[in-house]
Amino acid sequence: MALYHTEDQAMLADTARQFMGEEGTIAKQLRHWRDKQCKDGFGHALWKQFAELGFAGILVSESDGGLGMGNVEAGIVLEEIGRNLTPSPFLTSSVMAATAIGAGNDELRGRYLPGLLAGDSVFAVAIDEGPKHRPERIATRAERAGNGFKLTGKKAFVVHGGSADMLVVAARTAGADDDQDGITLFAVPKDAAGLNQDAVRLVDSSMATHVKLDGVQVDADAVIGEVDAGRELLNRVLNAGRVGAAAESVGVAGGAFDMTTTYLKQRKQFGQLIGEFQALQHRASHLYSELEIARASVIKAQQLLDAGSEKAELMVSVAKAKAGKAASLAVKEGVQMHGGIGMTDEYDIGLYMKRDRALAEFMGDMYYHAERVAQLSGY
Amino acid sequence: MSDLDAFRAEIRAWLEENCPAEMREPARSDDDICWGGRKFQFKSEAQKLWMERCAAKGYTVPDWPKAYGGAGMGPAEAKIWREEMNRINARPPLSSFGIWMLGPALLKFGTEEQKIHYLGQIARGEIRWCQGYSEPGSGSDLVSLQTYGEDKGDHWVVNGQKIWTSYANKADWIFCLVRTDKTNKYQGISFLLFDMESPGVSTKPILLISGNSPFCETFFDNVKVPKHQIVGELNRGWDVAKYLLGHEREMISGAGGNDRLNTIGAFAKRNGLEDPLLRAELAMFDVDALAFSAMGEKFLDEIKVGKAHPAQPNMMKYAGTELNKRRHELLMAAGGSAALEWDSEASGGGAKARTWLRTKANSIEGGTSEVMLNVISKRILDLPGA
Ligand SMILES: Cc1cc2nc3c(=O)[nH]c(=O)nc-3n(C[C@H](O)[C@H](O)[C@H](O)COP(=O)(O)OP(=O)(O)OC[C@H]3O[C@@H](n4cnc5c(N)ncnc54)[C@H](O)[C@@H]3O)c2cc1C
Ligand SMILES: Cc1cc2nc3c(=O)[nH]c(=O)nc-3n(C[C@H](O)[C@H](O)[C@H](O)COP(=O)(O)OP(=O)(O)OC[C@H]3O[C@@H](n4cnc5c(N)ncnc54)[C@H](O)[C@@H]3O)c2cc1C
Repeated sequence: MALYHTEDQAMLADTARQFMGEEGTIAKQLRHWRDKQCKDGFGHALWKQFAELGFAGILVSESDGGLGMGNVEAGIVLEEIGRNLTPSPFLTSSVMAATAIGAGNDELRGRYLPGLLAGDSVFAVAIDEGPKHRPERIATRAERAGNGFKLTGKKAFVVHGGSADMLVVAARTAGADDDQDGITLFAVPKDAAGLNQDAVRLVDSSMATHVKLDGVQVDADAVIGEVDAGRELLNRVLNAGRVGAAAESVGVAGGAFDMTTTYLKQRKQFGQLIGEFQALQHRASHLYSELEIARASVIKAQQLLDAGSEKAELMVSVAKAKAGKAASLAVKEGVQMHGGIGMTDEYDIGLYMKRDRALAEFMGDMYYHAERVAQLSGY
Repeated sequence: MSDLDAFRAEIRAWLEENCPAEMREPARSDDDICWGGRKFQFKSEAQKLWMERCAAKGYTVPDWPKAYGGAGMGPAEAKIWREEMNRINARPPLSSFGIWMLGPALLKFGTEEQKIHYLGQIARGEIRWCQGYSEPGSGSDLVSLQTYGEDKGDHWVVNGQKIWTSYANKADWIFCLVRTDKTNKYQGISFLLFDMESPGVSTKPILLISGNSPFCETFFDNVKVPKHQIVGELNRGWDVAKYLLGHEREMISGAGGNDRLNTIGAFAKRNGLEDPLLRAELAMFDVDALAFSAMGEKFLDEIKVGKAHPAQPNMMKYAGTELNKRRHELLMAAGGSAALEWDSEASGGGAKARTWLRTKANSIEGGTSEVMLNVISKRILDLPGA
């Protein structure tokens, strides 16, 4: 498989770029909702448009009414989301939750997918339990009770948790906190008794929640996949989320980079355009190289994941780490090369820096994923 | 079975039968590399057989046309060839500046006679080439070169000095940039080919920090070069030179690297790896290296279908060489004092240390990293005044 987009994928990219560049812009979405202190942090009307274009169901199988596409296509949409800093529940709902629900039984899919496809529902994914991504360790417990389960524990940094109609929760039905086995995924409706969420606004003005599960009672049919054997499905959800976040990071980096090079061609100091100074040129060129390499690692990971290759796991971590490194460089250089104006709220470059920070933590930062690369390579 | 599957089966069978066992291990030193040429001494019978068998089938230059000594493979077939070679760890049958650099330039700019004559010799490993670009006063600013060819009707008489000419003392012929018009800076340079045994050519080796001496100063004293030995048009050698540099940069970047996903962390572990900070650096390096390997693959895929930016080889050269330097810094650190040995047998004659030192030239030869960044700024990013 060649490492560039097919004609169909290029067409999708055109559509996504045009749509996000018109409807998903920083002025229309991010700033608008932020300045209104919106409790969702994103606009439902835009989410509805995502659905009308088919984006919401990009990873949902055709038999369930979706587009039945892969991670490459989801990544195309995410890159444009990143470039425009478009706030939306696409990554949590259409990528991660959809990957989970897609593996559920007929009833579960029938209950949740139509709402997603229509842009009426939003889902969130509750996996991590502390400030850092550590999905190897899951302490939240689910005990058999009544005709179903009772969930007890805490989840941290659940993005869009407060806006979600349903949370995909990873809990332990057997074993000790650090065991690989004994994990089960649950679809927990937002109004389940005992589910408490504390909303917090994050640095990028997105919303997340700290979730408390106080003996949350769910029916047996809330189980996604198999009881005790959910680790494999959880990994699939994580991989989709990781490579998706990497694609969004590449978009964030690209957006910051474009702003910066444009600025280098406009701003004059010492009687010349600052883009004429070699000290800045070399840094811009280095950044360009890092970005291209990050983009290559992301498409490679997406393709391997879609092909079900055994190398996918390693490449997904490479992509998340590399995209994270490149994006962090892009936003730091972006603010610095803008000089004082880059520190102002009025100017967008700082917004890229904030979004990058949130994305860096989401689904594991570069240190976490470099560590995984080491472990997967046997050292 | 599709045609490509059949092709793969054919290649696999041929390799099985024809690639000697000894040639299925990575080269450990420069000696293990088959450079060809009049002065080349084969290290073993296997090395000789391997080159000759490949040359007979056109496999030394698989994607060149059959008429010029190649096997006429298309991009998909050439990829299969590389994959099958990688699969059995086969060494390249022949390595040469002729294949990597001059060949592509001749394919694009050469006359039909030149193609048939020179490309065939390159493919069969008969002539070893060196590159006469740099001069003492003209390195990064190559276009300022002074070596001059005076027009004498049917030939030029060339005078001047080149420097850093890799393997000039082992080469048979040189492809050389010579000023043929002193009034025009860019459009006054011609691309000439000539025999290093021509009267008036002399070389003097330069010892490198690695203790090796692959390079020379090369002097031209009234060297006679016949007019038919020019590639491309008179005074338009810069176009040929730039095209060739693109290939040189691609080669130096190691873009074609295989995708075995061997990490240097895994390598260091085999030698014992107990330092957590070193391990962390190795892991960060491996992220960069695996990502670059994806970039190499993407770059080749895009080049094939004309999707890559024409200045992209500069980026590949920059990123690939900086990465390779970092790799060898880390390998030295992982090796500890054992990697310091300079001439013991156990160390393969100080292979680690010498290789480490040699890699420092990667970001200098074929254009420095700074020059690559200049080119990216100007041609890709379109920054002002670059
Ligand atoms: C938080 C904050 C507080 C401040 N407080 C004060 C204050 O109290 N009083 C006051 O007077 N000012 C203040 N400043 C302004 C500050 O001094 C300027 O922002 C600073 O001098 C940079 O100028 P600039 O913002 O116009 O950037 P520019 O000069 O436009 O620079 C843009 C980019 O180009 C680079 N650049 C410019 N020239 C060159 C060159 N020749 N070579 C290489 N690179 C170059 C810069 O390094 C920068 O990366 C403050 C700024 C900030 C952010
Ligand atoms: C191992 C090796 C093999 C080589 N093989 C060959 C060969 O076979 N044939 C051949 O012709 N040449 C060969 N070269 C020469 C090589 O191409 C030159 O060394 C190279 O182009 C740099 O030129 P220079 O050494 O004169 O350095 P200089 O041009 O003097 O550069 C010195 C420093 O200044 C920097 N610099 C120069 N100009 C700029 C600028 N505009 N902006 C920013 N920084 C700048 C450079 O990056 C470098 O860091 C080889 C070199 C090496 C090390």
